[in-house]
This record gives sequence, C-alpha cells and structure tokens, in this order.
Amino acid sequence: MSRLRHPTEDPVWAKAIILGLVGLFLVGVLILPMVTVFFEALRKGLPAALESIQNEDARAAIKLTLITAAITVPFNVVFGLCASWAIAKYEFPLKPFLITLIDLPFSVSPVVAGLIYVLVFGAQGWFGPWLLDHDIKIIFAIPGIVLATIFVTFPFVARELIPLMQEQGVDEEEAAVSMGASGLRTFWSVTAPNVRWGLLYGVLLCNARAMGEFGAVSVVSGHIRGLTNTMPLHVEILYNEYDFVGAFAVAGLLCFLAIVTLVLKALLELVQPQSRPGRH
Amino acid sequence: MTATVTSEIVAARRPLVRRRSAIPGFAVTMGVTLTILSLIVLIPLAAVALKASEQTFPEFLHAAFNERALTAYRLSFGAALIAAVINGVFGVLTAWALVRYQFPFKSLVNGIIDLPFALPTAVAGIALATLYAPNGWIGALFAPAGIKIAYTPLGVVIALTFIGLPFVVRTLEPVMRDLASDVEEAAASLGASRFDTILRVILPALGPAWLTGIALAFARAVGEYGSVIFIAGNMPYKSEIAPLLITIELEQYDYAGAATIAVVMLAVSFLMLFVINAIQAWARRLGQ
Repeated sequence: MSRLRHPTEDPVWAKAIILGLVGLFLVGVLILPMVTVFFEALRKGLPAALESIQNEDARAAIKLTLITAAITVPFNVVFGLCASWAIAKYEFPLKPFLITLIDLPFSVSPVVAGLIYVLVFGAQGWFGPWLLDHDIKIIFAIPGIVLATIFVTFPFVARELIPLMQEQGVDEEEAAVSMGASGLRTFWSVTAPNVRWGLLYGVLLCNARAMGEFGAVSVVSGHIRGLTNTMPLHVEILYNEYDFVGAFAVAGLLCFLAIVTLVLKALLELVQPQSRPGRH
Repeated sequence: MTATVTSEIVAARRPLVRRRSAIPGFAVTMGVTLTILSLIVLIPLAAVALKASEQTFPEFLHAAFNERALTAYRLSFGAALIAAVINGVFGVLTAWALVRYQFPFKSLVNGIIDLPFALPTAVAGIALATLYAPNGWIGALFAPAGIKIAYTPLGVVIALTFIGLPFVVRTLEPVMRDLASDVEEAAASLGASRFDTILRVILPALGPAWLTGIALAFARAVGEYGSVIFIAGNMPYKSEIAPLLITIELEQYDYAGAATIAVVMLAVSFLMLFVINAIQAWARRLGQ
C-alpha cells in the first residue's frame, strides 16, 4: 500500500487529533447530558419513572403542552403560507425589511417575549383593566401561554417556505391562472405540492420549539400546578422540589420527543436536500 | 419588441407594485401577513419601549445601568462571547471532520449536532447542571482540582456553549463543501505545506461564514434563559444573567425596571442583527 497521501488530505496524526477533540467536545456537551437525563430518570427503576409521568399533575402538563402546540402550529402554518405567498409571488418595495421583521422573534430573548405580553395584557398592562372588568384572563392563563409560544415560534414556517417559493418562481402559477384556475385552486394543485416537504420541515421545527419553550412561557404562566404548567415548567417545579426522578422522567419524555424530531428531520433532508439543515 | 419597451417605461416610472402580477391573492395574503405581524410581534414589542419611556431619563439610566444590572450584562455578554468563541474553535473542527473525514457513526454524529435546536432548554439545563455539579460525572473530575463548574459563571459558559453549538457547524458546512479542492491542490503543487495551505487558502475562504456562525451563536446565547438558570447559581452580583434579572423585577411588580433591561437587551439584539447582515453582505461581495 502506498504511504503517499493526496495533497488535499490531512496527515493521519492531524486527523486523529481533530477527531479526538471533536469527540471529546461532543461527548461532554451533547451526549453525556442526554445520557444523564435517562440515567437520572431510571435511578429508582422504571416503575418510579413511569409513575412520575402518569400522575395527575404530569398528565395536566402533557395535556397543556399538546393543546399549546395544537394551536400554535396551525396558526404559524396559516401565517407562514400567507407571508411566503405574498413575499415570493409578488414584487414590492421594502421586501427585505419585511423578511427581517418576520425573523425578528428569533433575535428576542424568550424572557422578553413573555414580558411584552405581560405589559400588554397583564393587570398593569394596556388592556389589563378592561380584561379584568370583562373577567377575561390572558396572563397567568392558557391564552398567554399560547401567545408567548406563537411569538417564539413565529418565523419557523415562514422562513422555511419563503426561499423555497422564491426558488420556484411564478411560471407554474401563472400558467394555471391563465388556464382559468382560481387563486385557491392554483395554490392547492400547483404551489402546495411543490412546497409540501419544506412546509413539513417548518412544522416539525415549530412543533419541537412549541412543546419545549420554557423562558417565554415561564414569564406568562404563573406556574399554577395542574392548570398553567406546561411540561418544561413541570420539569422545573419538580427539579426545584428535589424530585429528581420526577423531573428527569418528564425531561426524558421531552428528550424522546427531541430524538423523534431529529430523526424525522434527517428523513426530510433525505427527501428534500434543499431544506437547509441547521436552521433553528 | 413593443412589450420590452412598455416594460422599460413601466420600470422607469417605478410604481409601487412593479409588474402587475397575474396571480391573484396579493391583497389578502399581504393583509393577513401584516395584520398578524403587527398584532403578535410589532405592537407588543412597542409596549416594552413605551413602558420604559414612562420613567424620567435619570430613572431610566438608573434602572438600565445600576450595579446589579451591569454585572448581569457583563455575565450575559461575557459568557455568551466566550461560548461563541469556544463554538468557533470546536465548530470549525467539527464541520471539517464532517465534511472531509470518514469515521464510524458519522451520520449519527451529523444528526446529533442539531440536538440543541430540538431539545427543550429546561431539559438541557437540568441535565448540564447535574452533569457538571461537583458530584456529577464531569464535575467530579474537576472538583479535586478545586474547580467548580456548575453554579459559577463557568457553568453559564457551558450552557451557552451547548445552546450555540449547531450555528457555527451548520453555517460552515456548506461553505466547506463548496471549497474547490483544486485551489488546495494548486497550493500544494506550488510547494506550500499542508499547514500553509490551511492557513492561507482554506481559512480565509471560510472567514465570513465562520464569523457569521460565531455571531449567530453569540446572538442566541445573549438572551438564553432556560438552559442557564439551572446551572448558573443565580447569585446577585455574581452569577445572575440579564434575562433572569427581568423575571426577578417582574416578580417584584417593577414593570418599568423589567422593561428597561428588556430595552437594553433588544438594542443589543438589533445591533447583532445589523452586524450579522453586514458580515453576510461582506461575504457576498467577497464571493463575487
């Protein structure tokens, strides 16, 4: 075997050092934390862990998390479809500025995302007195949790669809319209099939973030056990009460959700390689 | 011919919607987009600025830059910067390994890089706190040397490194893949050592993407809350991050104070957006 290496290949010792460093780094920062979650959850055996995710408070938290995601994801799908249609299919001034505004929630700290709704709907906020008079609760109640979750997941679907629709142009849609198809018909039979994988990709990431959001939801939730606790908030309460098995059991469930998300994401990237990986 | 002339005249006049599109639905979709954007994002964000402006200017300055707030910014921005630099170093190595090397479980490693995007931050927080605590698997390795990681600013850096990890790797990967290996071959055939080739040919080509990744990781880390509060220790003047200070002031019903710190953080976020856009514009110019 030839000992000569190709000039664009790194020497073996360099490869070994780089792979070693990368391995150590990923084990310390990504892999061991995940192992910790399952190890701590099972510390007192499987029955104890299962009990912690089946008791009443845990069930209420799981239910609230599912409700939140079930409202947030369709809302962001509708917004994402409208925004990407308007941005990709027409020319208008200040387009890059509009895209920046849609991306804005990603640059805002989750805590600030929660705070803004407290300032608008809280007891001291703009609509606080009016809401109080009409006995409508938004902050420290489910509507606030949903609003804060919509804010932090706002750009996911739109930023996935905008580049995809821009890339596909308007020729097919114009052809459909010139043959007499209505706008909705054109969307359903021409545009939707073209963007479906990108849409699914956005939905997947949006859903993962909606179920896992902590900071924004923690500010608006009020932490009422069994009522306004989502799964991540339930994890926090159990952890702070030193119920580590309980905290890590619920965390394990969320970790499982993350793994499922990553697997589906990898599959979607196989189906549609242009879905750019690594967008949060 | 006539059509081109007409379209040139139309273009010269620069109307609001340059080419009347044949596709219907602009008014509806744009209307929905702007309405939702205003109701969910823009108006509530304006509430923060309005709340902060209810104070007199000296009050605002005190709320924004008192000693406790300053130490919180220092920790948030300092730790975010250190974490972004750590991710810059390990991110470039990880991306290089993923693009250039073959090794076992490569696709698994590739998939797990995105874990910080998918794992809820609170889960990451309690896992890292347990792992790096003095009696945790990794914390116990450092405890005999007197190094405490969890519940100190060092723990904050660890959590922010976790949260920013995918940004550098994922912005570098496509650029590395497009890197023409013939330039490397040319450098090598002209007698450059591998080290010289990396230093003078590869790294400069990666520069803009690398900086973008680091800036994105920094921007994400500055506002991070969930993964940090469990490992930070949260001692005032010591290990308290700026977002935590906002929640503390909210709990004390000091809405103006909370809004003030939020305004400072938003200002930094917008500055980061501007910087990231500038880096990307620079990268595009370099690429042409």
